Amino acid sequence: MQPIVISTEKLTKQFGDFTAVSQITFDVQAGEIFGFLGANGAGKTTAMKMLCGLLIPTSGKATVAGFNVFTQTEQIKRNIGYMSQKFSLYEDLTVLENIRFYGGIYGMRTRDINSKSLDLIKRLNMHEVKDKLVESLPLGWKQKLAFSVAVFHEPKIVFLDEPTGGVDPVTRRQFWDLIYEAANRGITIFVTTHYMDEAEYCNRISMMVDGEIMALDSPSNLKKQFNSKTMDDVFYKLARNAKRGD
Amino acid sequence: MRTLRFLLKKEFLQIFRNKTVLKLIIALPLMQLLILPLAADFEIKNINIAIVDNDLSPMSQQLTSTIAASGYFKIIDSGNSYKIAFQQIENDKADLILQIPQNFEREMVREQSGNLFIAVNAINGAKANVGSVYLNRIIMEFNANIRTKLVGNTQNATLQSMEITSQFRFNKYLNYRLFMVPGILVMLVTLVGTYMCALNLVREKEIGTIEQINVTPIRKHHFILGKLIPFWIIGVFVFSVGLFIVAYPVYGVIVRGSIAVLYSYLSIYLVAVLGIGLLISTYSTNQQQAMSLAFFFLMIFFLMSGLFTPIDGMPDWAKWITRFNPVTYFIDVMRMVVMKGSGFVDLKVHFLVTIGFALFFNTWAIWNYRKTS
Amino acid sequence: MRQLIIFVKKEFLHVFRDWKAMLLLIGMPVAQILLFGFALTNEISNAEIVICDLSKDEATQRIIEKFDASKTFIVRNSITNINQVDEAFKDGKTKLVIVFPPNFNYDLQHQKRAQIQIVADASDPNTATTLTNFASQIIMSYQKELLNNQSIPFEITTDMQMVYNPDLKGSTNFVPGVMALVLLLVCVLMTSVSIVKEKELGTMEILLVSPMNPLLVILSKAIPYLVLSIVNLIIILLLSVFMLDLPIKGSLILLFAESILLIITALSIGLMISNITASQQTAMLIALAGMMLPTLLFSGFMFPIENMPVALQVISNIVPSKWYYIIVKNIMIKGLGFTAIWKETLILLGMTLFFLTVSLKKFKTRLS
Repeated sequence: MQPIVISTEKLTKQFGDFTAVSQITFDVQAGEIFGFLGANGAGKTTAMKMLCGLLIPTSGKATVAGFNVFTQTEQIKRNIGYMSQKFSLYEDLTVLENIRFYGGIYGMRTRDINSKSLDLIKRLNMHEVKDKLVESLPLGWKQKLAFSVAVFHEPKIVFLDEPTGGVDPVTRRQFWDLIYEAANRGITIFVTTHYMDEAEYCNRISMMVDGEIMALDSPSNLKKQFNSKTMDDVFYKLARNAKRGD
Repeated sequence: MRTLRFLLKKEFLQIFRNKTVLKLIIALPLMQLLILPLAADFEIKNINIAIVDNDLSPMSQQLTSTIAASGYFKIIDSGNSYKIAFQQIENDKADLILQIPQNFEREMVREQSGNLFIAVNAINGAKANVGSVYLNRIIMEFNANIRTKLVGNTQNATLQSMEITSQFRFNKYLNYRLFMVPGILVMLVTLVGTYMCALNLVREKEIGTIEQINVTPIRKHHFILGKLIPFWIIGVFVFSVGLFIVAYPVYGVIVRGSIAVLYSYLSIYLVAVLGIGLLISTYSTNQQQAMSLAFFFLMIFFLMSGLFTPIDGMPDWAKWITRFNPVTYFIDVMRMVVMKGSGFVDLKVHFLVTIGFALFFNTWAIWNYRKTS
Repeated sequence: MRQLIIFVKKEFLHVFRDWKAMLLLIGMPVAQILLFGFALTNEISNAEIVICDLSKDEATQRIIEKFDASKTFIVRNSITNINQVDEAFKDGKTKLVIVFPPNFNYDLQHQKRAQIQIVADASDPNTATTLTNFASQIIMSYQKELLNNQSIPFEITTDMQMVYNPDLKGSTNFVPGVMALVLLLVCVLMTSVSIVKEKELGTMEILLVSPMNPLLVILSKAIPYLVLSIVNLIIILLLSVFMLDLPIKGSLILLFAESILLIITALSIGLMISNITASQQTAMLIALAGMMLPTLLFSGFMFPIENMPVALQVISNIVPSKWYYIIVKNIMIKGLGFTAIWKETLILLGMTLFFLTVSLKKFKTRLS
């Protein structure tokens, strides 16, 4: 049994009268790929933002990497990586400049930054474009780069908010290879998505509907539990009663 | 400190990469500094006058030539019909009409008094005022000459007279541009500082990179310092180029006071102005909003700064507004240091108030930035 | 027609949902009218002066009292040494120093001749000359007082009439200017930015592939701003009539017709800018640098055009707001009719046609 790196208990976020996330409770173990699934508006992004310290929860309890999300957001930030659904590298900086910048603000030593960034560029096969502006790269490359930058400082946990939106299936596959690689290095992956094929790649997934977690288990167990052949079907069975969504 | 270094490096890379914006930042203000003082010339000269001479006597002609020789007036029409002259006012061709009535000379000689009629196009109140004052002065002088001639010196000697001499300090030749250029430079530095700071931060919001920054362990004050320092440097740069490369060679503006005092004030002022930009960015979600908000407040700041109209003429409530306007203080400092050579002791209040502004705007902005993130 | 109404409705929702922008668009003219109307004047009152009285006699006392009593001046303090004059100016508040030499009254009574020196802070040349003139008038009035028993022979008196603006209010000058400025701001800046925004977001393509005539799409974007401009126009006129007591002397219908002409000019300029730019920031920059600044500079309400170098005077002719400013002044302030402004109207009309043709031509090629 691996140690627990994320733990929540009845975590809730309200915006005025609207309860975006309602009393969610779950644990994530170190090295796990934990999927967070749900329709648009189910509350995935809100839940993730609370764990990253971007939003203060309304009630409940949660710790990330052993730190309290209410009081220790700064310590949490030092131990996580984050990649949002909006592409978030600087388009007017080059590939190398982006890597060095993010390495620098996480307090990595200059020598480490230099050696690791060259290593990373080699692994991503981006040697020829390392001095090109990020805006000139195709979307798939940008996403792979963004992920690599998010785990560049070897965080304990990396949060990925719908990382593969708008990316073609081949690139998506490559992207998941990167995720596995990171997980093998011991980085915990917390990923939200609404692609059901991606759900299959996760160790465990939680299904969110209308701000609540309706199911939480490994993909195979979930399929058994809901008597379905595919995750699509599981999702459909759970989500058809949803009130929110688009 | 190390984080700050990385932030600064990133900001400078971005600023120098975007050559078009960089060029605009530097060139636009300097272009304005070249054109604005030429246009913003309130010095009232070339007042257009139409003279209606119904007398056509030697004396009336002498008056006309006195006016023409004064240098203030341009006689654009002279005839004997008031109606035609008035049409010149309607068309905005004439600012004043002087009508010399029939028998003006005869009455002066016989009745020892004469009467002239002046009509002033008063749509532009200031110009009307100055024009009529000038014209009256010329008529008074003309009157004194006539009197001397008609009376002779004997009687005149019994009248007590006072001789008024005037001396214009700091700007002997009443050069209006010496007065405007330092003020316009303040306006440009303020514009560049506020707009760049506000738009840059809002842009990070719009494209989503600020969210990425917010999940990193960067301290808020480091991030904000990383934004302020580059723009502070650009502000100092624009100011220096404006002062030494445009204002001095083109307009002959020479700093009479201490350059050190001027620059130490500028350093504090820029912090205050960048704070305003920061504040605007925390209240806007996109660049359009930031742009309009900045436009709205800067317009009021500039109008209420004494740049275009004197503060002395304002009613009390408006004077209070000028006291809460940072631009007022810098324009004052510029004019005092550049034209009069005032020193630190004369500017103590300005320094203190501006430090207050800098603290106030930045604290408010940082407080508001925390709350929204 | 039904389609057009649906589109216009959508545009209205866009415009009015952003309350921050709305507040600004309505607040701007109100703030400008209030500031120009009540705060900004070229008149000077309560200018602080310093007296250097080296004589301290009956005559100087009397003159100082006269300065104190006037609305224009406040006697701040007095200095006793001529060398302190420079010092007195350093704090930036003193505008004049009046210097009476020793034995002033004695000279006046016995020599029949005395001197007064006015030293002015000429860093602001206009203020300096105006105040020097006022100060001379006050001193002269004392001279008149001395002579009150004797009548002055051969005196020329003048009757003065202030045409159009007997109280010398500043508002007659700037209300037409603010009108031009605000109408242009709303129409050029907002129209161009809102069209470019749709381009940037990609929603423009969706509109263009819809069965609606692309010209109607553009038209529907312009209509809310046209309405907004007319609302602004009404607000400005109401404020100027009821708060600034500036009546509209000429025909209201003519004023509105001419204003709508300017609005259409501005809209067509906005359309042209949106056709040649791809990003909101560039559109804003062009609109601000290319329209707002020239309007402020060259319409003639802030800065006198006749003082400018010839090159700038020539440039001022291509600024539409210059012609509109002349038109509004003629209608509102002078109460003149169409015969006085047909030339300016024709120029504006020509400009509008030019901008419209250019932008429509551009628009078509972009579509093909």
